[in-house]
Amino acid sequence: MNTRDDAVLEARDVTIRYGEQAAVKNVNLSIYEKKITAIIGPSGCGKSTLLRSLNRMNDFIEHVTQDGEILYRNTNLYGEGVDPVEVRLHMGMVFQRPNPFPKSIFRNVAWGPTINGLPGDINLRVERALKQAALWNEVKDRLNDSALNLSGGQQQRLCIARALAMEPEVILMDEPCSALDPVSTSRIEDLLFELKQNYTIVIVTHNMQQASRVSDYTAFMENGSLIEYGDTDQVFTRPKQKRTEDYVTGRFG
Amino acid sequence: MKTSPSSNGESLGHRSASLRRRHLIAALFKALCIGFTLFAVSVLGLLIAQVGADGLPWLDTQFLNNFPSRFPEKAGIKSALYGTLWVVSLTALIALPMGVLAAIYLEDYAPASRLTRVIEINIANLAGVPSIVYGILGLAIFVRFFGLERSVLAGAMTMSLLILPVIIISSKEAIRAVPSSIRLAAYAVGATQWQVVRSHVLPAAIPGILTGVILALSRAIGETAPLIMIGALTYVAFTPEGPMDEFTALPIQIFNWASRPQAEFHELAAAGIIVLLVVLLTMNALAVFIRYKGTQK
Repeated sequence: MNTRDDAVLEARDVTIRYGEQAAVKNVNLSIYEKKITAIIGPSGCGKSTLLRSLNRMNDFIEHVTQDGEILYRNTNLYGEGVDPVEVRLHMGMVFQRPNPFPKSIFRNVAWGPTINGLPGDINLRVERALKQAALWNEVKDRLNDSALNLSGGQQQRLCIARALAMEPEVILMDEPCSALDPVSTSRIEDLLFELKQNYTIVIVTHNMQQASRVSDYTAFMENGSLIEYGDTDQVFTRPKQKRTEDYVTGRFG
Repeated sequence: MKTSPSSNGESLGHRSASLRRRHLIAALFKALCIGFTLFAVSVLGLLIAQVGADGLPWLDTQFLNNFPSRFPEKAGIKSALYGTLWVVSLTALIALPMGVLAAIYLEDYAPASRLTRVIEINIANLAGVPSIVYGILGLAIFVRFFGLERSVLAGAMTMSLLILPVIIISSKEAIRAVPSSIRLAAYAVGATQWQVVRSHVLPAAIPGILTGVILALSRAIGETAPLIMIGALTYVAFTPEGPMDEFTALPIQIFNWASRPQAEFHELAAAGIIVLLVVLLTMNALAVFIRYKGTQK
């Protein structure tokens, strides 16, 4: 593993349980700055649960308990006195299904910065975020239209713009293309390469081609355990674990 | 006419007995639905026509501006109309914030504990309690214990008790219908719970909440039993000036007239019913208007 990269996030012995059932077991994982880290694995392997623990979205699920630490620049996200709202200012999130607010395109992007009182001109901020999300040209003349009139792919890019407008350090993406058609998917993949210049990205996907195309690092999970983690090239071409090899070559899953 | 694809290569146009029977059942069901709808609508139409025929001749400004009287030609509905407007407005002021806030708490804040479940079940049960029971409660607590006497306030508080369960249940449904993905999206851009509720949950739920509130208030307008129980069945020849004044209400006045032997008073009751219906329809129209405004943004 490349040690020159700085770890932004570090999961240490993370175990996450739904009631008695452990969904994530003893995972140790480092997320590196301005890289794309893909988490792959079969359905129900705990990859989304692990992702949600990185911005404390599991707080909203009943009966979830978590052991271990998640360090963000050496601060434990689950330590005492850490405000989950503040955590989410640093970790933006894009969800599996596009979930724009039922409001105008502009308000979708502007709402987060406004309620958090982020500095600077809000119009410029919205424009910048929409440009970064490669959506500006399609919506610049109808910023006051309802976001619900956009196509699915446009809605997902709007959701990315919504996250970008907060200027987070990390962007967490939970299968962001699973509800999209191939054209929209490839647009978002192109977008990821652009975003990598400025942001650290963690993407959960069960599309292995996508993981191998876009990511720098790949983590393979199965039944809640992290089976293998390393350079994407290595994981896909010279996996160290038999089970990883079986999965990435499509022998199961 | 739609026909099912035939699998055995026969040409179309030979509908089997089974398919014919299924089409027949479909047609019968449709006819049944139309029949019952027509029945309900025509009963309603008949009622309105009857009431209109009896009451419309009596409906004039004098009827609206006069107080009740022993002489039918002098009798009016002013005190009852004002009393109803006072009670309904105060009831809305009390029950709406209380009910909506309780619903928000139960849906978005309360832990999913056994206590919460017990509370929710009890609220659902309260919605089914006969209104006379609320009247007894209002009499004991508001009229006697708090010494509010037979005031508009006592009436409004009793009515609030009566409709709170309905408001809470319908508001809870409306709030629950707001997709959790919207809430999560808001949290993900660093919103606090209050901001999520204020900017996303409430705006999306307000049409549903309003529908429930209007239904509940409509029920309050028509309720007679609890008001009789707290002593509003009296001769009141003035309009309430404040929440502590005595009052009477439209359904009580209607009941009063309808129970007299003279035919003129029965027609006055019909005229009162028309006034009650107009108040009700105005409130419904207001709710539709607010909903429309709400969905515009």
